[in-house]
Amino acid sequence: MYSNAKINEKIAFGLLKIATGMVVAFVLVILYYIISNGYSAISLDFITEMPRNRMTEGGIYPAIMGTTYLIIGSMAVALPLGMLSAIYLTEYAKPSKTTWAIEMAISNLAGTPSVVFGLFGLAMFVKYLGFGPSILSASLTLALLILPVIIRASQEALLTVPKEYREASLALGVTKWETIRRVVLPAAIPGMITGAILSIGRVAGETAPILLTGAAYFLPRLPDSIYSEFMALPYHLYVLATSGTSIAQTRPIQYGTALILLIIVLCVNLVAVTLRTHYRNKLKR
Amino acid sequence: MLNRYLKEKGIESILFAAGAVAIVVLFLLCIFLFRDGILLFENYPFGEFLTDTKWFPTADPEHFGLLPLFLGSLIVTVGAILFSVPLGIASAIYISELANPKIANFLKPVTEILAGIPSVVYGFFGLVILVPVVQKTLGIPTGQTALTGSIMLGIMALPTIISISEDAISSVPRSIKEGSLALGSTRWQTIYKVTVPAALSGISAAVMLGIGRAIGETMTVMMVTGNSAVIPGFPSGLFAPVRTMTATIALEMGEVPQGSDHFHALFAIGSVLFITTFIINIIANYIKRRYRFNL
Repeated sequence: MYSNAKINEKIAFGLLKIATGMVVAFVLVILYYIISNGYSAISLDFITEMPRNRMTEGGIYPAIMGTTYLIIGSMAVALPLGMLSAIYLTEYAKPSKTTWAIEMAISNLAGTPSVVFGLFGLAMFVKYLGFGPSILSASLTLALLILPVIIRASQEALLTVPKEYREASLALGVTKWETIRRVVLPAAIPGMITGAILSIGRVAGETAPILLTGAAYFLPRLPDSIYSEFMALPYHLYVLATSGTSIAQTRPIQYGTALILLIIVLCVNLVAVTLRTHYRNKLKR
Repeated sequence: MLNRYLKEKGIESILFAAGAVAIVVLFLLCIFLFRDGILLFENYPFGEFLTDTKWFPTADPEHFGLLPLFLGSLIVTVGAILFSVPLGIASAIYISELANPKIANFLKPVTEILAGIPSVVYGFFGLVILVPVVQKTLGIPTGQTALTGSIMLGIMALPTIISISEDAISSVPRSIKEGSLALGSTRWQTIYKVTVPAALSGISAAVMLGIGRAIGETMTVMMVTGNSAVIPGFPSGLFAPVRTMTATIALEMGEVPQGSDHFHALFAIGSVLFITTFIINIIANYIKRRYRFNL
């Protein structure tokens, strides 16, 4: 009886180990293929030149710039809005029906498929508000997409600020808002920024929403205003891999684009994790 | 004094307005999505939309049947869940219960990398690497099948399932695990008879959210499932091309004239998708709240 249980345990633990090993293997295999095939395509020219010869040669400069514009545009909207929203929810809101409804709305938005946000952006920004297929429409759509992520991260950051900070300030007769502004926020800002940085990766990689709100197949020059269409890295990769003029011939460019995307996302994650650890340790002291 | 009070109140109202932004967005999203979706039913009967087995949006007469697309999404998602749930839960148990802290601290960020990789990169990887492998291994005419989509989606759902299950498992109080060990159970008996059942609500929520992630995924399935709008058999449909609701929207929206029936049909599909994930989210939230571990 006893030895049976021991044998079962050995088998079960072995299986758990194999399962975890498989998950790690997936990560390594995907990274390996993209990196080993992509690095030879990447050069200074690749990231600074326009595509040439119907996108079969040249670089991906306009796609990199397009993605940069989207990151700036969506952050400019989502970051302040998400931070203020989180301040209300953690510092002011009392448990009530309204607060519950807001929390529900946030988690439902977080679980809404990105292509649905794309449809929404198309109906509201492109058509109804008349922004057309443009950087503006796509940035606003992406801003709404990452809003729940930013709110959640900011809430967490605010919750890590010890209660004593607030109580000490309030006890000195400082008003609630002044306490938040001068005491709570400075301590929470690094955590909030970390959340924001993580959502940069999301903005850089999302394809379906921008596909419906203004990403262009090919543009010979950079967009000249926020009402212009634009090229973006993830859509460029999709186009080249599925409907480009010569799919097999442009494979190196595809791997290169995928690797650039991967580098952006991994760097962003690395920076965020480093910041988080750094400030978490600082707050503890 | 009064001035200060007014300022505080003013700021509080501004913050409340920002706080409610999520509700406003959700509300607008429903309105704009449903408004264009409902317009389809002016010209096309709602019953047909639900029961027609054909999706021929450009044929004459047009067929806007939801079924092939809905079942396409379903079969890809079921396949993904069948493979990622056992794998994800097993890894979560290993990370939180067995691995020594140093290894766990290495494994967690590694699984987070999976969450960070953009879906179009998954799609590209699936298309270039996995599709030929599936085709050769199974000896079928094309490697762009529901199965290929399931494998990719399964990998993409893993980080969600692992991180939420891991939270649930590690929040089970030590005292009840120790109680079980003290009674002479082995560590494995404690895990599957005490720890996992105690964490079951969190694990179920993780599975629901994983399902939501898989149903809503667009670019990856679009690039690896072949996109043919036929009603898939089960399980034979796993080895044939399918087309999901998400892929249909993304593929066809570029080519439809705005305001046409086809345009509205894509919004109707989007509404179905939104309602599906909405229900899944509500269930996940309910499970999480209702059965939160209280000691």
